[in-house]
Amino acid sequence: MATTSGGEVTIRDLSKSFTLGGRPLAVLRTLNLDIRSGECLVIVGASGSGKTTLLRILAGLEAADSGGVAIDGKPVHGVGAERAVIFQEPRLLPWLTVLGNVAFGLEVRGVPKAEAEDKARFYTALVGLAEFSDAYPRQLSGGMAQRVGIARALTVQPEILLLDEPLGALDAMTKIGMQEELARIWSEENVTMVMVTHDLEEAIYLADRVLILPREKGGPARLVNVELPRPRDRSESRFVRYREELLREFGLH
Amino acid sequence: MSLQHIEQPVTINAREGRTGLGADFPRLANRTVVRILSRYGILIGFLAIWQVSSSAGWVNAAVLPPIDTIVTALWNGLAGGTLLGDIAISLQRAGLAFAAAVAVAIPLGLFMGQVRAVETALDPILQVFRQTSALALYPVFILLLGLGEASKVFVIFWATLFPLLLNTISGVKQVDPKLLEMARVYGATRLTAFRRVVFPGAVPSIFVGLRLSATTALLLLIASEMIGANKGIGFQVMNAQYNFQIPLMFAAIVILAGLGLIANQGLVSLQRRLCRWSNPLD
Repeated sequence: MATTSGGEVTIRDLSKSFTLGGRPLAVLRTLNLDIRSGECLVIVGASGSGKTTLLRILAGLEAADSGGVAIDGKPVHGVGAERAVIFQEPRLLPWLTVLGNVAFGLEVRGVPKAEAEDKARFYTALVGLAEFSDAYPRQLSGGMAQRVGIARALTVQPEILLLDEPLGALDAMTKIGMQEELARIWSEENVTMVMVTHDLEEAIYLADRVLILPREKGGPARLVNVELPRPRDRSESRFVRYREELLREFGLH
Repeated sequence: MSLQHIEQPVTINAREGRTGLGADFPRLANRTVVRILSRYGILIGFLAIWQVSSSAGWVNAAVLPPIDTIVTALWNGLAGGTLLGDIAISLQRAGLAFAAAVAVAIPLGLFMGQVRAVETALDPILQVFRQTSALALYPVFILLLGLGEASKVFVIFWATLFPLLLNTISGVKQVDPKLLEMARVYGATRLTAFRRVVFPGAVPSIFVGLRLSATTALLLLIASEMIGANKGIGFQVMNAQYNFQIPLMFAAIVILAGLGLIANQGLVSLQRRLCRWSNPLD
């Protein structure tokens, strides 16, 4: 289990709305939440519930209308070195090799090339792609490309890892393997993980807590503690019961 | 301008299942012959028909001289040095104009592609300039710059500028904004994002522009040398025709074709080296 000092997120009275067809559409309404250091929080919700918006605000890619986010007590304005984002698409630079892509984050931050590549080599191996270090993105499968994206985020050693439906584009088999990989990385890397998904099983497999964003505008957000030992067993009866509970939250069961 | 110059021919390599030597050797040699024939057969046939019909007198040999006569004229011109001077001055004109176009179009295109306001403001006038034939403007340039080198170089520069500029702009605009957002997440400044994401992403498109521009440069070179020049390959084509030195005329045309092929091939191999990541044959 992670025992870090940093990576604590405080969300206070966070609101955000968009204009859709000339009318304001509230996606987040006065949300309050504390994310613990080293925790794995998974955000679920129907489409349009604002889960990706919330993640993008945490990343500093979008600003809130009112209220705000603080990390370790410091208010968030824009992107920051203590956070890294893993997107749904791998977003690799096609002209860089796997190693070059993994080192990209560090190099952008001005870390000398040799040092960046040393670290990149370690994380490339961590995601199981050591022998593909010199391959170009077009030679990789979807799952491999996403692992490169994960390694790139880990290489900058963030306190908080933000994942926006990172496995959403993968096929079912690859997805299960990658969920196990993420669980392993999270337990090894001492990192606070905030992940958005629409896959309830994925949420239960990974989360300490699941945040359910309301489907109807203005309803309260709900938190579900997932008290299951790790590594988790998807076929276990308690796992299945959590799944039913979440489905009920969505009014589907 | 024809597209054959720009599109690189696609060769499909027949992959041998097993490439054992020894007994397979004659078959492999056979395959090489087949491959060469399938690629160059029609060209070889064309030249053969030309040669035969000219030397057999089926066509007027004074207008279409046999290939060997043209080759001899080419050799004499090169070895004797008369054509070398023409090549040098032509290369100088086209090279200067092309280099100037590169120096202007690539930085300007990179800038315009990034700053929307500049692109919006300049696009209409660019479209007008682009659609106005450079050849039609040549008399204007002659009026402004005289009949000397300046107007020749300028008309080539003018014509080569636009393909390169427009392709550079579109290359920059095609860069995936999601990649830029990714770079931003890692704290990239605008300059770093430009250097590490925008520019490398635009390179393939810039190369399309370079190859179009190189073809255009040779095209305009000849046109400009046909008016008011006393040296250069384009001049030589016209001059040889006036003096009825038809083999020499064809020799000059062959040199032109050769220059075009060399320029294109040079750019293709440079692109291969710089853009290995996008080369599917790798």
